[in-house]
Amino acid sequence: MSDPKSTPNDTPGNGPGPGEDVNAQGLPGQRGDQGEAIRVQHGMFGARNGGDTSGYGGLVRTVRLPGDTSRPYGGWFDEVADELEGALEEQGLVPSNAVEKTVVDRGEITFHIAREHLPRVARTLRDDPALRFELCTGVSGVHFPEDKGRELHAVYHLRSLTHNRLIRLEVGVPDADPHLPSVVDVYPTNDWHERETYDFFGIVFDGHPALTRIMMPDDWQGFPQRKDYPLGGIPVEYKGARIPAPDQRRSYT
Amino acid sequence: MSTSHASPRDTTEGTVYTVTGGDWDEIAAAAQRADDERIIVNMGPQHPSTHGVLRLILEIDGETVTEARCGIGYLHTGIEKNLEYRNWTQGTTFVTRMDYLTSFYNETAYCLGVEKLLGIEEQIPDRATVVRVMLMELNRLSSHLVCIATGGMELGATTIMIYGFRDREMILDLYELITGLRMNHAYIRPGGLAQDLPPGAVDAVRECVKKMRRNLPEYDKLATGNPIFKGRMQDVGYLDLAGCLSLGATGPVLRAAGLPHDLRKAQPYCGYGTYEFDVPTADTCDAYGRFLIRLEEMRQSLRIVEQCLDRLAPGPVMVADKKIAWPAQLALGPDGLGNSLDHIKKIMGTSMEALIHHFKLVTEGFRVPPGQAYAAVESPKGELGVHVVSDGGTRPYRVHFRDPSFTNLQAMAAMCEGGQVADVIVAVASIDPVMGGVDR
Repeated sequence: MSDPKSTPNDTPGNGPGPGEDVNAQGLPGQRGDQGEAIRVQHGMFGARNGGDTSGYGGLVRTVRLPGDTSRPYGGWFDEVADELEGALEEQGLVPSNAVEKTVVDRGEITFHIAREHLPRVARTLRDDPALRFELCTGVSGVHFPEDKGRELHAVYHLRSLTHNRLIRLEVGVPDADPHLPSVVDVYPTNDWHERETYDFFGIVFDGHPALTRIMMPDDWQGFPQRKDYPLGGIPVEYKGARIPAPDQRRSYT
Repeated sequence: MSTSHASPRDTTEGTVYTVTGGDWDEIAAAAQRADDERIIVNMGPQHPSTHGVLRLILEIDGETVTEARCGIGYLHTGIEKNLEYRNWTQGTTFVTRMDYLTSFYNETAYCLGVEKLLGIEEQIPDRATVVRVMLMELNRLSSHLVCIATGGMELGATTIMIYGFRDREMILDLYELITGLRMNHAYIRPGGLAQDLPPGAVDAVRECVKKMRRNLPEYDKLATGNPIFKGRMQDVGYLDLAGCLSLGATGPVLRAAGLPHDLRKAQPYCGYGTYEFDVPTADTCDAYGRFLIRLEEMRQSLRIVEQCLDRLAPGPVMVADKKIAWPAQLALGPDGLGNSLDHIKKIMGTSMEALIHHFKLVTEGFRVPPGQAYAAVESPKGELGVHVVSDGGTRPYRVHFRDPSFTNLQAMAAMCEGGQVADVIVAVASIDPVMGGVDR
């Protein structure tokens, strides 16, 4: 630290310096310019009317999910990606049209699939002997209201018992047109899972044999797991103190 | 003939009878008058033998089930939605209540997912991991015991029920000793455990293992060779390997079809690769095979528990990173478990920084880098998967549980259609669904 020109950021323990790769450090909320921005976070504590005098009101933070990864992906990831691309080419498809991007993060590989190609990709992944993902562990929805054009994400995890592998497929659909082809005829196990995702997120799985609500009552309005759907808590009084409902408490995010 | 139990009502679809009691005379008489013997029976959601609030809609022709459908959602509690409004550590309090018979699996799966997002899997202390494995295997015993006990009771074998709950009680006593609670523990936390094992826990577990070893053969004597039991279970609830794979069935249902798939062997987590145990299978594809597998898995779990006890070395039970580790110096006070007096003295009396740190971590929680992760454990019912998404905040952005009961229950129709009405009970019991997990 004898160098007088060193900025405070260069001191070890004070976070990454300007020249350092913030992604390599895996620091919370810091992904530099890399990754895919899904949201911009303003302020803290959820205060919007100038009630926040802490100084954190001016905080601006871009939320970035891990972005496109370039090859090599490492381990068996390359093998699966090669096989998938090869198998799609054999069927006369341009792989880059079907697989929009590939993300490797935290030891997991995610293929982002264009929605119209999902059933074809799923069938290929299941049937190709070199891929053989026999077991689908269902579909999970994620709602990113500010990810314009692909607000609703459907996430599938496929497990290969033959090769002992696990991959993830992700499909983004716009809120205005929340349609997605069903994969029930490839993986019958997704019957209830797709109904559940429809029930909670309003993603319509075209071709599903009977897409009805599964958890909520049939005449329920709205899709409860969407981010704009309130939790609907009520405040609780305990020993004279009034504790606000969970969705009314201050939020640090 | 009583009319109060089954009152007829004319609708556009024909006469509908609402059965509310045990009197079937009128139904039978009406069925005889009708052209066909086709009746639709609503079994549940309040029915003693449907494992909680499961509704089965059965179309029966005489004694044969021609079509079977499930109605679920009666126990939906919005746990996944609620998680998004609490910090990451508070999540365990919710997930432990999903499949309430496999609490430790829910907690561990959730924590493994969070730890993967944090990138601290390697830093979890050995002692915490060993205790997690020990509790999970004890949990496998208690879950299988309930399955066998209630499954037996539904066949009229009340002795098995008494035996199963008697033995489960011993394990619940251990939970109470270790976590303070018989159910809904919230003991496994992101980063490790809420607290260390109390004094005497190791001896108590050893004693319990000894007793369980003595008691397990009783189930063999009672049921395994029992001709009535076999008559009710064999070739009932048949689902072969192709059916299991396409319907996504895992756990004992899949292993009864002959595939030795067990995540503890295939994708070892929590150091399962270093334990010695066998994965039992059966090739009968029926309820009896699943029963035998559960029985054998309990013996294997005892083996693992013993290995855990042997390798339990003193050490921390929470990650060293104080920005993640819950400042949980807990102690038993006159009003229950809470922060230890020493800890309170320190934060209130001597160190303002410690107080700030405690306050920040407890109210705000820690931040988790953005991204998503999938963690899966082999629960007694099958693959319990957790899909966790973070947006870099102190609360989960989205948590989805792939509960094995939910997925396996889909196989009910394939197992029951074409069989007898009485066998529906056996088939559903052999899936071992717990509605808390199915509906979440």
